[in-house]
Amino acid sequence: MRKINTAIIEQKVCEAALRANFILRKDILDALKRALKKETRPLAKNMLKILIENSRIAKKEKIAICQDTGVAVVFCEIGRSAQVSGNITTAINKAIAKAYKEGFLRKSVVSDPFLRKNTNTNTPCIIHYDFIEGEKIKISVMPKGFGSENSSFINMFNPTASAGEVVKFIVESTKKIAQNACPPVILGIGIGGTIDKASSLAKEALLKPINKNNPKRHIAKIEKEILEKLNKTGIGPMGLGGKTTCLGVNILTYPTHIAGLPVSVNISCHALRSATVVI
Amino acid sequence: MKKIQLPLTQKEAAKLKAGEQVLLSGILHTARDAAHKRMCECIVERKKLPLDLKRSIIYYCGPTPPKKGMPIGACGPTTSKRMDEFTPALLSRGLLAVIGKGNRSTEVVKELKKHKGVYFVAPAGAGAYLALRVKDAEKIAYPELGPEAIYRLKVKDFPVIVGIDSKGRNIYAK
Repeated sequence: MRKINTAIIEQKVCEAALRANFILRKDILDALKRALKKETRPLAKNMLKILIENSRIAKKEKIAICQDTGVAVVFCEIGRSAQVSGNITTAINKAIAKAYKEGFLRKSVVSDPFLRKNTNTNTPCIIHYDFIEGEKIKISVMPKGFGSENSSFINMFNPTASAGEVVKFIVESTKKIAQNACPPVILGIGIGGTIDKASSLAKEALLKPINKNNPKRHIAKIEKEILEKLNKTGIGPMGLGGKTTCLGVNILTYPTHIAGLPVSVNISCHALRSATVVI
Repeated sequence: MKKIQLPLTQKEAAKLKAGEQVLLSGILHTARDAAHKRMCECIVERKKLPLDLKRSIIYYCGPTPPKKGMPIGACGPTTSKRMDEFTPALLSRGLLAVIGKGNRSTEVVKELKKHKGVYFVAPAGAGAYLALRVKDAEKIAYPELGPEAIYRLKVKDFPVIVGIDSKGRNIYAK
């Protein structure tokens, strides 16, 4: 067993949270640059140029890429041969609170959905735990803003629904709300499992690079079809018209019940932020 | 690109056309969900508002706190439609322009046209870029709301697009 102290977890998670908020992911920045090359409408081109320039300023000046520094969604994979001394949940929350304080990030978490008192720490964060082989701990931090989160949706399809029906539903639903999620958007989609599993897969799918398709051919085909159809809508950057409405579609699947086909779509804006550390 | 020195006059507002790119310089006031709810409660309860609506432009924004040496942190726009229910009351009391992102309800479009007001959209998700265009910032109301407080911002060449003009033309309309 390899012993891991929570102090190192706290330090590394804090670094990841800061990095995620200041440095735009390379696959996203590359996608914005490709979109700019393809774009012909002047307003759309100008918006994309501003987004690219924004990422340069954020990295250089250590200002948040977007003021909605979001809820911290954390994926924590613990190696079965790793032994953590102390409370890892407390350590992760402390790390997020520290990053949001020292990085001058916005405290956007309220302690009760109705009473709405700001916790002033941007915690608690949302942590998904899993176990993996080995003795390392892999932690990804995804600041998730709520313009896009509020645009997310779910549908429990009949088990006999075709891929075509699912694609149609996703494209039509995304079209309706895309402009509120700061397009060009990225779609994380979870298909299968249960209602909660599909949704956590949808969020996890946003961690995957957007320039790689699902290894299963029939799923990659759905990813490409949704991307193509969304980019044909002409919604464009900021919903002001253009060729790029969607930068990428990532789907994760899971075995599911004979009576169901849960489909959860977690929308991300173009400021899809995440950073990963391995301890 | 057209440059406008704020406060915006009714004459200038009338000339703006949907889709036009404009650079604003002068004073903006941030206000989002909670502040809007409170201001509308003030109106109903006939209490004094924390700002002079007739000379203000409201910017839907909850900024990140400033780091040392900067007046404000990242300050991009938040989704406007959440403020739709509160906007008609403010427009009817003299508010001439608002800045946000995304489309507005048909009622807000109607009210903007009725009061000859303008809805601007700011680049969404470009918080750091916009931070550099803010020269001064001060919390002037509801400090207990944290990022949702009303901030008075002094901006220079703040890039916006006319989303809905005073004649009701809307860039989001199909």
